[in-house]
Amino acid sequence: MSETTVNNGVNVQALLDAREALKDAPAATKFNWRASCKWQNGTHSTTSVQGFHGLGEEQQHKTEFSFDADHPEIFASEDLGATPIEYILVGLASCLTAGVAAVAQNREIQLRSVESKLEGSMDIQGILGMDSDIRNGYDDIKVTFNIDADAPQADIEALVAQSQKRSAVYDVITNPTNVSVAVNKA
Amino acid sequence: MRLLTPNWQTRLPGQKYQGSNPDGFMTSAELVEFIADYAAARSAPVRTHTTVTSVQPADDGYHVATDTGDLRCRSLILASGACNLPTVPSFCHAVPSSIECVTPMNYRSPAQLPEGGVLVVGASATGVQLTDEIQRSGRPVSLSVGEHVRLPRTYRGRDVLWWMAASGVWDERYDEIDDLTRARKLPSPQLVGTPSRATLDLNTLTDAGVELVGRWATIRDGRALFSGGLGNQFALADLKMNRLLDTFDEWADHAEPPVECAPPERFEATRAPESHRLDLDLNSGEIRSIIWATGFRPDYSWLDLPVLDRKGHLRHDGGAVDAPGLYAIGLPVLRRRKSSFIHGAEDDARDLIAHLAGYLNGTPANGSRAAATP
Repeated sequence: MSETTVNNGVNVQALLDAREALKDAPAATKFNWRASCKWQNGTHSTTSVQGFHGLGEEQQHKTEFSFDADHPEIFASEDLGATPIEYILVGLASCLTAGVAAVAQNREIQLRSVESKLEGSMDIQGILGMDSDIRNGYDDIKVTFNIDADAPQADIEALVAQSQKRSAVYDVITNPTNVSVAVNKA
Repeated sequence: MRLLTPNWQTRLPGQKYQGSNPDGFMTSAELVEFIADYAAARSAPVRTHTTVTSVQPADDGYHVATDTGDLRCRSLILASGACNLPTVPSFCHAVPSSIECVTPMNYRSPAQLPEGGVLVVGASATGVQLTDEIQRSGRPVSLSVGEHVRLPRTYRGRDVLWWMAASGVWDERYDEIDDLTRARKLPSPQLVGTPSRATLDLNTLTDAGVELVGRWATIRDGRALFSGGLGNQFALADLKMNRLLDTFDEWADHAEPPVECAPPERFEATRAPESHRLDLDLNSGEIRSIIWATGFRPDYSWLDLPVLDRKGHLRHDGGAVDAPGLYAIGLPVLRRRKSSFIHGAEDDARDLIAHLAGYLNGTPANGSRAAATP
């Protein structure tokens, strides 16, 4: 068992060790993720992430990551970035995919390829204020994984199910989350 | 209300079911009689109608206060179980007062519920059984489903709990289990003990007209909000059930002597509703009562000893509690997967009595924490 040839590039041992170490350190498990956004022009904005808080202290990404968001031209915008609602799909896809890799490593399943397609359906009567019975956001999100791995189909399905079970983004999307918005005068 | 374990499996050391229906399930009255017979046969000094009000440390043991007098003992076994109090979510206080809230502790029959819709919260053994009973009473039931354990009542012609025992799954020891914390928190399986030995799973309930909704996450503006992750709860439970059935098949393929049973079978996947609703207006009158089938927890309020962890769980190693001469029995996966079942007590008791006797004799088992006791 100690000799494993499976390598999905995930250091599962470090994660398991961290889980053990954090058992008696409830404060260190509290993380705070942050993003800063700046309006550019029209519907175009740039959001960046770099600092966050975790393991009891301030942390930094190695570099600042920056994301342009805009709306497509059919909304009379300049299309200078992905639509914000598309970033939700980006977050969900990347979170589930990271989960699949980590769970596969932990279960000693070698992955060869993991691809997924995401579709979110939405009726824009909501955001256009045309019909108050229609919600603004997605009414349904479909994720389809195509996974090539050294494992029976049921085990691959179990990877994806476990990944959903432990996914932060999946949780935020499927369960209600309190959002408080404060306004400061510049 | 009946046991989940078949009669032949409901046994105590030296006492078996003697009736004519070994594959049936005892009613609660029959179980009480079974235990009373056991006490009588063993001439055990049982003090009935006696409530323990506190347990405190004393010189060389414990001081036990009861409402019929006090006791002193060197050693003590906690056998009060894991299901003394109902667990309800913290948002239950936000339920409008027009809705009647019931826990399994005070539920008796559908007749006590107001006419109209019922929301049952939790799809473990209790939740699915109550959902079935209440739906049959003519009240429309919505069932909020979170993490659950799906099991067929019978598999390949035998009771599923026969398979659990025969294949060795139930004998798996607590120190061989990868994630013991998780194993101890596992919800009770979706099983019911009925004369027809029928399976009671979510497909059965859907066929009966029950509406399935996701895990109840919170209440906001008088609306119950349910998780959109219902499909994955189904997938997890189906996958886990099939893995267990694989384990049974694998064992049966190599069992000596060969097992007399029907060929392997697989059950229909849990059918996900085309779309399930994500919220429900609690003030609309659609729901008139709520059943919190959201689990149970032990009551240790009378235990004045520093043996609970920060989450209120008893600190113990396979039933040897973190205090000299103190033991627990009958808790989930205490020493084996079968520990919380009636017949599971026997092997655990044998292990713990050996430890306890060693403690009283001053010759504790190797490496046990009792060794550190002067």
